[in-house]
Amino acid sequence: MKKIVLSAAALAMTAGMAMAESHSMTVRMGTEGAYPPFNYLNDDGEVDGFERELGDAICETAELTCEWVTNEWDSIIPNLVSGNYDTIIAGMSITDERDEVIDFTQAYFPPDPSAFAAMSDSFDGTGVIAAQTGTIQASHVASMDGAQLVEYATPDETIAALRSGEADAVLADKSFLEPIVAEDADLVFSGGDVMLGGGIGMGVRESDTELKEKLDAAIAKLKEDGTVNTLIEKWFDGMEAPY
Amino acid sequence: MFASCADPETLTGLNWLACYLTNGKHLLFYQSFGTVMLLLVITAPVALAFGFLGASAARSHVAPFRWLGKSYTSIVRGVPDIAFFLFFVIALDQAFEWLRHQVKCPDWGQPIRQGSDFVVCDAAKLPLSSSPQWVHETYGFALAVLTFAIVFGAFAANVLFGAMRSVPHAQMETAEAYGFSSRQAFWRILVPQMWLYALPGLSNLWMILIKATPLLFLLGVEDIVYWARELGGSKTARFSDYPHGDWRMWYFGALLVFYLLLTKVSEVALDRLMTRLSHGQATSGGEAQRKAAA
Repeated sequence: MKKIVLSAAALAMTAGMAMAESHSMTVRMGTEGAYPPFNYLNDDGEVDGFERELGDAICETAELTCEWVTNEWDSIIPNLVSGNYDTIIAGMSITDERDEVIDFTQAYFPPDPSAFAAMSDSFDGTGVIAAQTGTIQASHVASMDGAQLVEYATPDETIAALRSGEADAVLADKSFLEPIVAEDADLVFSGGDVMLGGGIGMGVRESDTELKEKLDAAIAKLKEDGTVNTLIEKWFDGMEAPY
Repeated sequence: MFASCADPETLTGLNWLACYLTNGKHLLFYQSFGTVMLLLVITAPVALAFGFLGASAARSHVAPFRWLGKSYTSIVRGVPDIAFFLFFVIALDQAFEWLRHQVKCPDWGQPIRQGSDFVVCDAAKLPLSSSPQWVHETYGFALAVLTFAIVFGAFAANVLFGAMRSVPHAQMETAEAYGFSSRQAFWRILVPQMWLYALPGLSNLWMILIKATPLLFLLGVEDIVYWARELGGSKTARFSDYPHGDWRMWYFGALLVFYLLLTKVSEVALDRLMTRLSHGQATSGGEAQRKAAA
């Protein structure tokens, strides 16, 4: 009797393992959900945007099952490292500083100029400048002469600070600011663009080399067949196909 | 939700508002109120149980139990809540995964700590990365409940410890004189009467627990604060059918009303409970009742 139970259990276990193998690997995609057009929550509360469509395309190409997860920007790297999700796809620029902690795939979005949005043309690069915590823009402002950095947890709060007069300008990716400046007559671009970062890529754990290779291959393929270009043109007005 | 909401751009006034307030995102916002209530309903009894165990241990005659109970309350009470909340959730999660890893993948060749990465085998992940999102959310919520219970349990332990000592010692002696064993005296004399002395402290804790629920947001649970901030943020017409400016003030105002109502209702309920418990007791409350009746 005991033997039957044991062999039944063994059978069930091997069957379970076989099942698990036949399913494609599940990859949890971590994003912020507050940075349109890259990623945001739509009216139904689902993750949407350029990175959602691109991410789904990458998963299809790499034959992975993807699950979308949102996480605060502040703790997005620690939660990747501790294994709450497997990739970061959140408009994250590839920088040396971050590369020490996590690995990046190749860029799926070219180095994008950052721009200052201000209430008037008279902004000259000095004064109080708002940026999101832990971004390349925040570290850039910190290194500017005559500028005082105020950091906010979300991109939206930086804009709110600008509108309320707490900050003289906001430094952020131009592609994020563009739709906002276009719709608000009070806001203008001022003080010129700055080039920061080495393009935007997906973040993975340093120990996850296999996943990184899969994603890299998928991104390369999508760049080749023009999918990345099409998506960039769809989501970013007036941007030319980079790849 | 309504058929008329299909084309939001044509809507005006109240129709617009009705459609806006019933879009998918708002429904998630309303659900998150349930999350907060659920947290309170589950955490309160669990924390009370932790507190009871802690207090019983702290007054135990067996020294190791006593040390355990005392150190539990002093450590948790001495460390800032926020440090505990951030520490426990990550530490508990990694501890569970480590244990599962030891059991499920004994012949795993790689180290678990690789630089800053915490790597366990796929079968030991908790929850499994292939499980649906709701499992992950439930697990996160359970971790949050456990953390809240540990923290508030320590405060409850301290309150209950004090309450146990407030029950007049003469009553315990009388019980023993009647032949009660110390266990019987504890359960039949001490425990039923200590609640009266514990209630003011416990009701205070309950109020603090209500106010602490926004910490859920720190633990990555999408609670009412998360949704209020997300919904209140300004929306441009390109990315939402319902563009609006910075409305965070209104959303946080609604939260304020919600929390005030919740604390008010609890206050009334706790007052009633106090009146009931004071009945026939040799305390100032019980004395006042006796005089009013006479």
